[in-house]
Amino acid sequence: MKMKVEYKVKRYNPELDDTAESWDTFVVELDQAATVLDGLIKIREEVDGTLALRCSCRSAICGSCAMRINGQARLACNTKVSDFEKNGNITLLVEPPGNMPVIKDLVVDFVPFWSKVNAVDPWLKPNHPPKYMEEHIVSNESMLHLSEVMGCIMCGACVSDCTVLEVDKSFLGPAALAKAYRFVSDPRDGSAKYRLGSLEKPSGMWDCTRCMQCVEVCPKGVDPMGKIMKLRDFAIQDGYKKTYGAKHTAVFSDSVKHTGWLNEFQLPLRTFGIFNVIKLLGLLPILLDALVSRKVPPIFHHKLPSASSIQRIFKKFDL
Amino acid sequence: MLEHDVLIIGAGLAGMRAAIVAKDLGADVAVVSKVHPVRSHSNAAQGGINAALAHRGDKWEDHAYDTIKGSDYIADQDAVEIMAKEAGSEVISMEHMGVIFNRDDEGKLGTRAFGGQRKARTFFVADFTGQALLHVLYEQIIKSDVLVYEEWFVLSLIVQDGECSGAVMIDMKSGNIEICVAKSVILATGGLGRVFEPSTNALICTGDGMALAYRAGVPLMDMEMVQYHPTTLKNNGALMSESARGEGAYLRNIDGERFMAKEGNAPKMMELASRDVVSRSAQKEINEGRGIDGCVLLDCTHLGEKLINEKLPQIRDLAKDFANVDMIKEPVPVRPGMHYQMGGVKTDINGLTTLPHLYAAGECACVSVHGGNRLGANSLLDTLVFGRRAGEYAAEVSKKRRNFKISSNDLLKKHEGDIEKLLSNNDKDGFMYGSIRKEMGTLMNQYLAVFRDESGMQTAIEKLSELKLKYKNIFVSDKGRVFNTALIFTLELGFMLDCAETIAISALERKESRGAHARIDMPDRDDKNWLKHVLVYRENDDAYRVDYLPVVITLWKPEERKY
Repeated sequence: MKMKVEYKVKRYNPELDDTAESWDTFVVELDQAATVLDGLIKIREEVDGTLALRCSCRSAICGSCAMRINGQARLACNTKVSDFEKNGNITLLVEPPGNMPVIKDLVVDFVPFWSKVNAVDPWLKPNHPPKYMEEHIVSNESMLHLSEVMGCIMCGACVSDCTVLEVDKSFLGPAALAKAYRFVSDPRDGSAKYRLGSLEKPSGMWDCTRCMQCVEVCPKGVDPMGKIMKLRDFAIQDGYKKTYGAKHTAVFSDSVKHTGWLNEFQLPLRTFGIFNVIKLLGLLPILLDALVSRKVPPIFHHKLPSASSIQRIFKKFDL
Repeated sequence: MLEHDVLIIGAGLAGMRAAIVAKDLGADVAVVSKVHPVRSHSNAAQGGINAALAHRGDKWEDHAYDTIKGSDYIADQDAVEIMAKEAGSEVISMEHMGVIFNRDDEGKLGTRAFGGQRKARTFFVADFTGQALLHVLYEQIIKSDVLVYEEWFVLSLIVQDGECSGAVMIDMKSGNIEICVAKSVILATGGLGRVFEPSTNALICTGDGMALAYRAGVPLMDMEMVQYHPTTLKNNGALMSESARGEGAYLRNIDGERFMAKEGNAPKMMELASRDVVSRSAQKEINEGRGIDGCVLLDCTHLGEKLINEKLPQIRDLAKDFANVDMIKEPVPVRPGMHYQMGGVKTDINGLTTLPHLYAAGECACVSVHGGNRLGANSLLDTLVFGRRAGEYAAEVSKKRRNFKISSNDLLKKHEGDIEKLLSNNDKDGFMYGSIRKEMGTLMNQYLAVFRDESGMQTAIEKLSELKLKYKNIFVSDKGRVFNTALIFTLELGFMLDCAETIAISALERKESRGAHARIDMPDRDDKNWLKHVLVYRENDDAYRVDYLPVVITLWKPEERKY
């Protein structure tokens, strides 16, 4: 059975006199099992040969066809059009992936993406290289564990929808940080400490706001945010405790542990230090906002009556 | 004008392996690829990579024998010996670079069984071995700071005074054409799967390197040997890895019968016979009405959830996405589908073609180590061993090559003119690339598939020459220069038509059945007359010449092939 599918595709052509972005609508007939990519290829081959997009393997392994489909980054090749059926109609809004400059139509420039990946020294630096014709002896579990993050196909979906990159282009981003995790947690790699040292700098692992967007959109189950959180754990364990991020974590958990809830007023003071005037002044707009909307945290922080049960949880997990 | 010692065309496993070793040897190396390296189709290799490790009680001779028997005795045995001997060090060096191979209980590299081999010697990373290798090689490219021309498409090879001297290429992002002079050129462009429809291959597998060499006067060899993989999904042709059968999956017909047990199929090795044998058996079941909706069943239900999730996670996802089947619970409908080209640019054991300073490695090359049928997990090995050898040899020879001059202005003008001409055709009645490609793919899959016969192959040749005529008036609807994919696809289609023709010509030429070339009108192997390679040379636009080369036999005399 065939279905009619409406594609609304965002167009951009730098060679046209009018280079403004625009939307084109195409209606194509597709099989029930068709993917978004099947329709785009049909449009390109039969309706409008000028439509530019990248695609190759058709089976979610080459990472070429990440794009925004109905507002979210996905691989066009493993997204079924029938998933978007509403009252018998299917309308797809197709845009290039975000956070990267558009070259033409759905094709974006991946140079910023790869420069971030390159910045994490993305190659194994073996601690003790084995002898000729001998492999590293490591557990199967440690390799299976890495296969989750090695499943990353560098499609850029996470980078496209990263909410931090949207406001701060310097952030390393979920793909590069997940790649870094791949080496930090590889038992054969000898430079975890050095790697963590460079990742704890500004624009690194502490800039993630844990919005979960990258986890949501990753088509390969890599869980980039989870990997970033693990990197933070490793960094603190390895003695990198001086960053604001590490302090923030420490102050946060200290407050909850002792009073049962977060002392929001103290959090910035203890994280930045009370003499860090510049940083604290930077928070003034937030404080003013809070005043206006009457959401200022209490200055005097009371211990909750149930704090002892919270403490038991901390004790149980040996924190 | 761009200039390098070694220019490598293609950034899959063969190309990147060549680049890394050539750079190590001090050459000025550049890689040109029409896609970013990690988008290359080496990604799609699922099952693993073969190596016989002596210190584990395996012998390279056994690996070589299995490969030669698998090839139906037209692999060149000197080349197979090299591949089998160098396999171990190649796999171990990939591990040293960072590949996360699955391990055994002692923490050493683990193995799995694969088709056509008497011993489990396939090293693997779950069922995405190709991706795991490709991404690690790209890490090494970054580490070695190898220059990559990303998303550049090669238009032609530069041949001057009977020597290869570089390539003419177009930057897809700007549409600018550049001349790249090189002392050595290595073709590593992969396969030609898109010549067939359907195919397991990616959309980028358009036989570019084979056609570039063919147009430069270099012969293509063994082109009739096209591998149909026994287990592909009906819907989109996606591959269900042989590792499923390696891990113990069964093939069944509509009656639930494991048809590989039938006399004449492979009662001994069953589902793990060579791919040509399994594909023929499956196709026979389907043709004789014992299939289900044009498919047979790949049954993994007895393997258990844990094994499937640990060792076959990717194909479980593929079956879910594209066949709507969870293979833990039900068998997956599969059918034989075009997968691999055993033939390609004729090279020697160092990757050198018949044109001085032009090399080839990987699927686009034919050394020949696969002969009439490639064993599963030998293709990754082929790319690494012969990619490395070509890189080493090309780097060394380029140091000794005297300086030469290229008339780059003339070359540039000619190619600019060709592109202009193509784009300026405004005959909207002209054919678009899509319709010609579909017609070509469908006819190839009809007449040059698992079973072939004289009249079918003849028909294919006639229809292909009609398509070539249509191609002369092809209409490219995008007239711009920036990321003009319609233009690139049109150029690729020209390459594919050349490749398709050489396949049909070679197939019609071989008057016997051997390996993947199974003729219903000539069902027997004929060692007396056909223990030789078929080579096709291009004479001009419409003329070609066929020649033969004897098969190199060292230790293993041809015998009857039974599994």
